Amino acid sequence: MADKKTSPTTRTGKLAAGAANYADDRLGSAGYLKKNLNKIFPDHWSFMLGEVCLYSFVILLLSGTFLTFWFDPSQRDVVYQGAYTPLSGVSMSAAYASTLHLSFDVRGGLLMRQIHHWAALIFMVAIVVHLFRVFFTGAFRKPRETNWLIGIGLLTFGIIEGFLGYSLPDDLLSGTGIRIAEAILQAIPVVGSYLAFFAFGGPFPGTSFIPRVYMVHILLLPALFLALITVHLMMVWYQKHTQFPGPGRKESNVVGYPLMPVYMAKAGGFFFIVFGVTAFLGAVASINPIWLYGPYTPGQISAGSQPDWYMGWLDGLVRMAPPLETHWLGHTISWNILLPSLVLPGLIFVGMTFYPFIEAWISGDHREHHLLDRPRNVPNRTALGAMSIAFMVIALANGGNDIIATHFHLTINGIMWFTRIGLFTVPPIVFIITKRVCLSLQRADRDLVLHGRETGRLVMLPSGEMIEVHEPISDARKWTLTQHQQPEALPAPLPEEALVGWKGKLRKRMNEAHNVQVPAATLSELKELGDSHH
Amino acid sequence: MTIMNMKKRMKKISALRRKRIAGPILVVAALFTIGTAFGVASALPSAQQTPASATSPLVSQGKAIFLRGCSSCHGLNAEGGSIAPALIGVGGAAVDFQVGTGRMPMADMSMQAMQKKPLYDPAQTAALAAYISSLAPGPASVTNENLNWERDGNIAQGGQLFRTNCAMCHNFAGQGGALTNGKYAPSLMGVEPKYVYEAMVTGPQSMPKFTDATITPQEKLSIISWLQSANHEQNQGGASLGRVGPFTEGLVAWTLAIGLLIGVSTWLALKAK
Repeated sequence: MADKKTSPTTRTGKLAAGAANYADDRLGSAGYLKKNLNKIFPDHWSFMLGEVCLYSFVILLLSGTFLTFWFDPSQRDVVYQGAYTPLSGVSMSAAYASTLHLSFDVRGGLLMRQIHHWAALIFMVAIVVHLFRVFFTGAFRKPRETNWLIGIGLLTFGIIEGFLGYSLPDDLLSGTGIRIAEAILQAIPVVGSYLAFFAFGGPFPGTSFIPRVYMVHILLLPALFLALITVHLMMVWYQKHTQFPGPGRKESNVVGYPLMPVYMAKAGGFFFIVFGVTAFLGAVASINPIWLYGPYTPGQISAGSQPDWYMGWLDGLVRMAPPLETHWLGHTISWNILLPSLVLPGLIFVGMTFYPFIEAWISGDHREHHLLDRPRNVPNRTALGAMSIAFMVIALANGGNDIIATHFHLTINGIMWFTRIGLFTVPPIVFIITKRVCLSLQRADRDLVLHGRETGRLVMLPSGEMIEVHEPISDARKWTLTQHQQPEALPAPLPEEALVGWKGKLRKRMNEAHNVQVPAATLSELKELGDSHH
Repeated sequence: MTIMNMKKRMKKISALRRKRIAGPILVVAALFTIGTAFGVASALPSAQQTPASATSPLVSQGKAIFLRGCSSCHGLNAEGGSIAPALIGVGGAAVDFQVGTGRMPMADMSMQAMQKKPLYDPAQTAALAAYISSLAPGPASVTNENLNWERDGNIAQGGQLFRTNCAMCHNFAGQGGALTNGKYAPSLMGVEPKYVYEAMVTGPQSMPKFTDATITPQEKLSIISWLQSANHEQNQGGASLGRVGPFTEGLVAWTLAIGLLIGVSTWLALKAK
């Protein structure tokens, strides 16, 4: 706008132009702003999932700051004398007492606590759904592998941050969670007990854990989040956003709307909507009612103790682990804790972290991709994703086995055995079904392109034959349904020399499985049919 | 009597003492004395309860009900059987709890007796209780009126006792919880104070018995006070979501919260067209 040199006529316009010129003369900001405000972003609802994460993070920072004004991260003993009478005169830690004070004696305190906790749950849900979107559409492919890694980092830190956050109030439920965390630390062979002593500054529970957790929760991890989120967004900016395929959309362009004014307005408005949903939940739905749990005492426990959902799958894995333990050279190895809480999650996260590289190795596709895959067009990946989700859902269900047992009149042992067996049998079945469904959907796409849309109109021909009228779909739709890469068209199929030995054979098998596809309708097929079509 | 005579007599007694029969006679005499003393002592009114006279009309009415409705499993003389325990010495409290809450007679033997609409009215239940307590002394049934939980119970103390002794099965807020193989600790919300008290002293189903030495009567009243307070406590901070912990919170986040946000995202993406 500055280079057009159209002088504004209104008073406000002149003022704005003056301010802009002032800034431009000193910072040279006009060029930068022009370039970036005109940046184009593609439009799709699923591209806003990342925004939900960002906005809930902002809400977490704001509401969390409010909470720090009253929370006292100390494990010293106090006698509660506050407004919540069912606990008056009970001895508890200052951390718990200050959380009660925050909830019942500080104006708006309970609402802020609840907004903070709901925002944390929404943050984690949005991260996971965002991860699903990125995974199933292949947005992690070159050149975005680094951003995938940062995303996995954010997910991991999010789980830790959430756990540490709900551990702070030192209530009966969170104390139980910390006890389990200590047990997991201790399960690390040889060094476990030393690590636990180091983390707790002595035997459990000690008095230093909550102050330490507090520093990590409000300083270290938020700083790490800020840094990682900044890099995450800068890379989206620099590498440009991916887009779904469609007419006019190419690997080399971005079709969408400019940041200013469309996305500025949308994103601004969306932030308030996310805040609104979080505040609504904070106002109407109780979350983490620590006054009901009571203060933590190592001698007490509640039936149906659960972690928050993003830890629930870990709890479910631990609950289903068989009681295995070995004693060797004076060391006890608790396989029942070590395997489900450290080894298995470790494997899952390593697999997830390296997935972009594993897929590139299998497919041999090392080209840049800015067009997203429709999930059905990459059946193997989609099936793998569905299989992983099935695994997690089963683990998560066992994490709530006691709640499910009481509310659905089932036996807890039955649920445990179902999930023990289901953990190994259901995911492969889900894989096979998903893959078949994807291929069927590809076939349906092919039919749609070749024969058109089923209209549901039945017509009786003069001969008495009944036919359903098919309507051809639009050319744009045809393009969208047929644009995806066919395996034969891969630029560099795996070289022969890469396929020797067991590794090569494995790679070949996986490559074949990865490339299973229903061929997309081609132009010549369409023309051939067009001649004979009604 | 002369001194000589006395000496002779003493000699006779000490000679008797050395005879082989002396030991057994002494033992029998001691047993008789102790037995008599114990009989007299236990016949005194005690804190336990006075068994109603075996011939009172209430007892015979209770026995009639027992023979009709209970004896097929518990035996003709409440001596128990292969499928049901003996009821001699369980006391009126156990009868009042089990029959008064509808748990007995049992409808389904697969898991555990569940609470249902009572089969016998309060008068019949009282008669049954009188019959069972006439067999042997045991904890007496109580009434809501003679439990002064509002006066003698301390809510905060009750909460601590509840979290230490009860929450591990009944959940932190008394909502109930799962036990092994389909057994469960029921929800304590809305349970009458007398049934809570009787359950504590008799230990029904899988529940341990909390004697007055473990939890004093006053402490039991505190637990009842806390339960009443938890039952009537309004939900701070909005809907309670069942008071079962983070499980339902996660469910809300994964359905309502993300559902609303995805709905809005879709709407925003549509508007741009």
